Amino acid sequence: MKVKMISRNPDNYVRETKLQQHKLPRNYDPALHPLEGPREYVRALNATKLDRVFAKPFVCNLSGHRDGVSCFGKHPKLLSTLATGAYDGEVRIWDLANRTSIRNFVAHDGFVRGIAYAGNGDRLLTVGDDKTIKMWSSQAPEPGEEEEPINTILSRHILHGISHNRRENSFATCGEVCAIWDDQHNDPIKTLKWGVDTLHTISYNPVETTVLACCASDRSIILYDQREAQPLRKVVLTMKSNKLAWNPMEAFNFTVANEDCNLYTFDTRQLQTPLKIHFDHVSAVTDVDYAPTGQEFVSSSYDKTVRIYHAHQSHSRDIYHTKRMQHVVCVAWSLDNRYIFSGSDEMNVRMWKANASEKLGIIRPRERANFNYQEALKEKYAAHPQIKRIARHRQVPRHVLNAQRKMRAVKDKELLKEANVRRHSKKGKVPYVSEKQKHVLRQDV
Amino acid sequence: MTKTAPKGRKKPPARYFDVAAGKSEDDIANPIKLKRRNQQNFKGDFLKMQSHYKKQKFDKKKPTGSQDDKPKVPKISKELMDKYSRGDAVDSRGIKTRHFKEQQQRKEIYLEYATEQAARTELLLQETAGQLEADAEETTAGYRQEEIAANVDLQSAAKHFALKLDFGPYTMRYTKNGRHLLLGGRRGHVAAFDWVTKKLHCEFNVMETVADVQWLHVPTMYAVAQKEWVYFYDKKGTELHCVKRLTRVNRLDFLPYHFLLAAANSAGYASWLDVSIGELVGNFSTGLGDIRHMRHNPSNGVLCIGGGKGVVSMWSPKVREPLATILCHSTAMTALTVDPKGMHLVTAGLDRMVKVWDIRNLNDTPLATFRLRLPANELDVSQRGMLALSQGTYLETYTDVLEGGGTGLRDKLPYLRQRCDASVHGLRFCPYEDVLGVSTANGFHSLLVPGAGEPNYDALEDNPYETSKQRREHEVHALLEKIPPELITLDPHEITGVDAPTLQEKIDAKRQLFHLKPPRININPRHKMKGRGGTAKAARNKQIVKDMQRKDFIAEVRKAKKGVIADHKLKNDGDAGQQPKVKKERPVRSVLDRFKPKQQNQQKSRK
Repeated sequence: MKVKMISRNPDNYVRETKLQQHKLPRNYDPALHPLEGPREYVRALNATKLDRVFAKPFVCNLSGHRDGVSCFGKHPKLLSTLATGAYDGEVRIWDLANRTSIRNFVAHDGFVRGIAYAGNGDRLLTVGDDKTIKMWSSQAPEPGEEEEPINTILSRHILHGISHNRRENSFATCGEVCAIWDDQHNDPIKTLKWGVDTLHTISYNPVETTVLACCASDRSIILYDQREAQPLRKVVLTMKSNKLAWNPMEAFNFTVANEDCNLYTFDTRQLQTPLKIHFDHVSAVTDVDYAPTGQEFVSSSYDKTVRIYHAHQSHSRDIYHTKRMQHVVCVAWSLDNRYIFSGSDEMNVRMWKANASEKLGIIRPRERANFNYQEALKEKYAAHPQIKRIARHRQVPRHVLNAQRKMRAVKDKELLKEANVRRHSKKGKVPYVSEKQKHVLRQDV
Repeated sequence: MTKTAPKGRKKPPARYFDVAAGKSEDDIANPIKLKRRNQQNFKGDFLKMQSHYKKQKFDKKKPTGSQDDKPKVPKISKELMDKYSRGDAVDSRGIKTRHFKEQQQRKEIYLEYATEQAARTELLLQETAGQLEADAEETTAGYRQEEIAANVDLQSAAKHFALKLDFGPYTMRYTKNGRHLLLGGRRGHVAAFDWVTKKLHCEFNVMETVADVQWLHVPTMYAVAQKEWVYFYDKKGTELHCVKRLTRVNRLDFLPYHFLLAAANSAGYASWLDVSIGELVGNFSTGLGDIRHMRHNPSNGVLCIGGGKGVVSMWSPKVREPLATILCHSTAMTALTVDPKGMHLVTAGLDRMVKVWDIRNLNDTPLATFRLRLPANELDVSQRGMLALSQGTYLETYTDVLEGGGTGLRDKLPYLRQRCDASVHGLRFCPYEDVLGVSTANGFHSLLVPGAGEPNYDALEDNPYETSKQRREHEVHALLEKIPPELITLDPHEITGVDAPTLQEKIDAKRQLFHLKPPRININPRHKMKGRGGTAKAARNKQIVKDMQRKDFIAEVRKAKKGVIADHKLKNDGDAGQQPKVKKERPVRSVLDRFKPKQQNQQKSRK
């Protein structure tokens, strides 16, 4: 007789001393792990719920400005530095790690309209309502010394915005005209016009660094090339665009924040129809900024909320709001892709997490592995109705909810009206027009 | 510049800068391959341009890079891959866009990699399964328990023991990790102990009839079905709870992943008690009368109840009708069991038959049938697929569920057989051990069955060596992952599948079309300002809108109906085209037919 029985030596299965780790032999045979699907589903459901439980996006409030915050300047090299400008002409430089203002000076009479850091981060350029461009050093002056700009340029035209070239030492301002400046000269090296009285905002393309885009008061978006004498092309929307941001990774795409509560993403090569319309805001969108990954962008609105969108999706993935936050004027996404800054009318700069439920601080490898596993589960079961419902649900302020209802009613009414007109018209007389085509009026070359 | 050799001396030795001897002129012409002119100053590597870059296809056979650099990874056999595989890959041919096609193909590569990694862990398993081989001219069936115990190591031999107990027919349960044993005597005796170390946790008499006992999710708590109600006790025998909503319970079972205690009572009620929240999630009459045989299917949590009419019905707590019924025997059933993998259902009836059914397919025909001399009164299947069955005091085991032979057949002898001193009332294989526990009318026997249990446990699932801290942590994790009772369905993978309508649902939807009623329309006309029509006009407008919507609906349904009918006709015509139907000619009847002899009809009526 040959006989063998399962006879486990406890030494192989029980730890010897309490200092050792428990021995956990694994056997991945599917037969020993029944009900795989339902258990995974429950785990995904729990992960989704926990995601909402831990969604506490607000990090801190940076207070110090004595008037509404008008614009942001992101330091290209230092993550912990942020420059903000206010309606009273004051510029503040913040140390974000310590949540303190490390420097402040009155740069302009009236509004600070725009702040831009030079490509290497050693200089700071501001424009204001007093028609001046001021160049400041990134270094704070010695104690006891006055804050003095390195250079002050008096412009002939009103200035509304500034953008610095990412590679070269040139920058562009907008206002009555689009002017390209060099840091060596006090006169613009080039001015570009296209029969428009005011250009609100200007932005250099981060990759093709000679290309510029402006938003104008005649509801148009104008593209320039700084090497050419004439503007490139112009696309006119139904309403005015407030801000423009280039996608840093797909630099042929840009997104504009529009007065009609929507954001429009355009492909530069195909301006006739927007790539995507981003809905969900209930009031004019004031600012937009891309994440450095180019996958997402953040927008701020007059409806006192900040929303985060996937670059290729129509509806927002998240909404941030607080009781005290008033009309949000400017917004920025930090260059490490983890934080969002919003500046609002009530003089505060707020710092938010880009991912609302992200855990800050040190994450140990096992914790990291668990987070990754939960992410994978959430993605796998995202289409299940219960999980989808929990993941999508957001508490929004009452005024936003009411406005959403009102907008929906208006939209429904318009649709009904159109359907009725179509019903009582000759066939083909009232064509079906897609939403994307409704908002672009014309394109000029 | 080369030196010329002086006269009278030998040629100077060859230098590297001289033309190498023995090499052809061609070799020397281009000693170094120069970079192109515009690349000469560049020291680094040139990246291939996008257009030159050949797109890598997702082809698993194609080796990437040179194979010599990489350590050789041994191939995994197909059987092993099949064991860990979760099914075939999705066919990407049907996917329309390239983006999603590539996404799917990439996903499949990851899945295959995961399967492969899981299969590779087989190498790390520490134990091998038990086995018993007979010598020449001997059979394993001939071996007695004492002989086996004498031939194995001391630790294993200690697993063979017998308990003589006085409180009459006993039922028994092992915990899920196979470490603890619970015995319940009909005449009130309840005992819980760690059977490996033989350490008694508690022993007491409830002074009432005990119908069944069952461990709960942890080995510190168990339920006892007593004469009137079900009681919960802890490891030390303290009464924790009395569930008065479960009355006159015959059978208890526990679904560990759902935290449900399933109970079947003598009035034919099936009840599911969620032990984590203390609520009955399902409690209804099955209409089967006194339920005597009940087991749950471990792979999907469905309760299999064997009735007195030879029918096995499968129940879920949230559905008041059986999910499926199988007519297994023409007589009353005597026992049933489901194998731990949830593949086979084994039933035994008074007709002395034992049948093995495929419960994933639910066919009419059993996979295997064998006849016994006496009806089997207890059945159980081990983790590695061994079948044990008892007939009165006699019990035998077979190595495979499908290969169970009939008693007395020379060529199909059982693997092991045993005669107990009293009739068997409970029979369970111990998980993760080569042990079969048998409870009889006057005691308990622990029998050695080499090769029955799974040798390698997964410590995060069931751990026989768990400490109390580990047990507590496991309990918390298990509670967080508690599956809601709504997910108990016949197919456990339903939740991960695509929710496509079945053929039956499609047919029903088509049939519904012919009985659809127009929906009720409620409209609230806008209140118009004074002078723009009164209530009469408003009512008329309302009626107009209602009529219009009704008309639209009817037109739509009519169109759909026409489509269905056209499809049906087309199909019928197609069939007719293949096999032209011959119209049966009706026989011409005449008044005189009544005088013909009615042979056929008469014969039928006689039958």
